[in-house]
Amino acid sequence: MNLVAIKMLIGDKAKYIGIIVGLTFASLLMTQQASIFVGLMTRTFGFITDTSLPDIWVMDPKVQFVDDIKPLQDTQLLRVRGIEGVEWATPLYKGLLKARLDNGNFQTCNVIGLDDSTLIGGPPEMREGRLEDLRRADSVIVDEVGANGRLAKQPARKGDPPIPLKVGDTLELNDNRAVVVGICRVSRTFQSQPVLYTTYTRATTFAPRERKLLSFILVKAKPGVAPRALCERILQTTGLAAFTGDEFKTITYKYFIKYTGIPINFGIAVTLGFVVGAVIAGQMFYSFTLDNLRHFGTLKAMGAGNLTLLRMVIVQSVLVGCVGYGMGVGAASLVPILSSGSELAFRMTWHIPAVVGGAIVLICVLSAVLSVLKVFRLEPAIVFKG
Amino acid sequence: MTTLLAQPDAITFDRRVDTAALRGIAVRCVGVTKTYGSGQSAVMALRGIDLEVKTGELLMLVGPSGCGKTTLISIIAGILDYDQGECAVLGQDPKRMSARELTRLRGANVGFVFQAYNLIPTLNAAENSAIPLLLNGVPRAKAVKRAREMLGRVGLADRWKSLPAQLSGGQQQRVAITRALVHEPRLIVCDEPTAALDHETGGRVMELLRAVALDEGRALVIVTHDPRIFGFADRIAKMDDGRITSINEGRHEDRSTARGAGGTSDGLTGLLSK
Ligand SMILES: Nc1ncnc2c1ncn2[C@@H]1O[C@H](COP(=O)(O)OP(=O)(O)OP(=O)(O)O)[C@@H](O)[C@H]1O
Ligand SMILES: [Mg+2]
Repeated sequence: MNLVAIKMLIGDKAKYIGIIVGLTFASLLMTQQASIFVGLMTRTFGFITDTSLPDIWVMDPKVQFVDDIKPLQDTQLLRVRGIEGVEWATPLYKGLLKARLDNGNFQTCNVIGLDDSTLIGGPPEMREGRLEDLRRADSVIVDEVGANGRLAKQPARKGDPPIPLKVGDTLELNDNRAVVVGICRVSRTFQSQPVLYTTYTRATTFAPRERKLLSFILVKAKPGVAPRALCERILQTTGLAAFTGDEFKTITYKYFIKYTGIPINFGIAVTLGFVVGAVIAGQMFYSFTLDNLRHFGTLKAMGAGNLTLLRMVIVQSVLVGCVGYGMGVGAASLVPILSSGSELAFRMTWHIPAVVGGAIVLICVLSAVLSVLKVFRLEPAIVFKG
Repeated sequence: MTTLLAQPDAITFDRRVDTAALRGIAVRCVGVTKTYGSGQSAVMALRGIDLEVKTGELLMLVGPSGCGKTTLISIIAGILDYDQGECAVLGQDPKRMSARELTRLRGANVGFVFQAYNLIPTLNAAENSAIPLLLNGVPRAKAVKRAREMLGRVGLADRWKSLPAQLSGGQQQRVAITRALVHEPRLIVCDEPTAALDHETGGRVMELLRAVALDEGRALVIVTHDPRIFGFADRIAKMDDGRITSINEGRHEDRSTARGAGGTSDGLTGLLSK
């Protein structure tokens, strides 16, 4: 009778397509929106992801997320280096500085200052030049997106594309000359400013004079020392907050979830996808059952028990569920392919299709339950009514 | 028909009926009543029905509109509960059976023919006809094969692939008859099987029912108010206002020898030759 059930459903083309469209729309919208949400959340801690070498980030206890800079005194670095279990500890400067471009315009840049001797914390991928080139005088490394975009030079003729910043070009940072020695690639972050890598010392000369300039201390634990335990020890000894990379990522995206409207927006979109999909598909499925009530009644009279009818309805809802889910999630997977090259934040972790699958199952179960109740309550005697 | 069961690939399933114990009585109703609704709006549709349907006979229920024919045939088919009295369908009282047992009894032993055919529009003739076998757990391929054989018997051998919409009313009713027969039920109930058909087509359908469906082990109960087909009945029970007012022998003669020829002339006898 499974095939009978399938033929009953597929034969009703309008309803069948309607149900599939509803479920496809629901799974597409939910998957796509959730993936963009996760993509955006991943961007919040993009800088932490890029800085993968250290085990531990040490910072002011009041720091709430990675872009929330509360500088430390330089002496804290020495205190941390003295703690047992620390293999190495390096300073990191992170701050927004104004760069003056060729044409006299100013552009705020996200300047990262790396430990002068080890250059720990550098960009994950170099496109041009080498990280070691930072040892040369006045050198900076610029990220690709910034170099091609906000830091690009005005074209000679109006209407021509802007000329990307290249190795050998110069910038001015707080009246200091800076020479581009490399182009790198970094993960997208929530800060849309161009990223400039340089050494810690040079970054502090670029920065306005302040008493404290040390943004983070990056720490590597000795082999065999548990990072979490070491974090505790750093907190005990120095009173500074210390987190593993993963902990710091969590703190960062939780901050964004809590203090921005982002989750609400995406929550609304996902809920909308669910509700609209559920309403369209559920109501069409139910109306399909109503349309076929006469046939279900005939089957009932001819000896189809409730179990058989239940199985038929389940087969029908599983069919539309699988097809709709497959097409929706499939279409959602095409989004990053179709939009490659754009700045779309899209990250489909395995959780997303799993949860969306659950939602689709829920829609199918709900509509199947409604339909089946109707079929169960059906009096077989209706078959003789005209 | 019995020869079908004797074929090597005979389709068998548990029918849950002790045929011998029936002693020739397919259905017996004594003092059966049925009231729809309650209180002010209650309608007493049956006011004490006494009726026996014998195996091997074609019994017609006739009477004016609203006299309770459909109600009675529904009770006989085991798809409607009755209120008072006693009723035995194929030796078993539907009231004393669980819903599940009753469903099984119907599935294995009752065939239905409806005025509006009630074919599933998205299934072809063979698939529609095979449904009772599928419901009895017969594998699909086997069920469809048998359904096609049976369609041959009603003259639709080459139409087995057709969807109901591609068939005429008479052809659709023949598919419905095939569906009512395919699982060799002990009882076939038909409500106004010819009402949607013109006179000639209706006559052919009745001939077919007699020719193919009637069998020694099987009873046919047909509700109609079409006097033109009364001639196909073995007995006619007249109803009025919820009661059976008279039971007459039908005009159908000599059923033992001429069964299925139906007193008419055309080539249905060809269908009977095995
Ligand atoms: N489900 C129901 N609810 C209430 N009253 C009903 C119901 N079914 C039938 N009746 C009433 O019971 C009586 C008998 O109905 P039934 O359908 O058995 O008549 P019938 O002889 O088949 O009529 P017809 O020839 O018009 O088909 C009628 O008065 C009808 O209105
Ligand atoms: Mg009626």
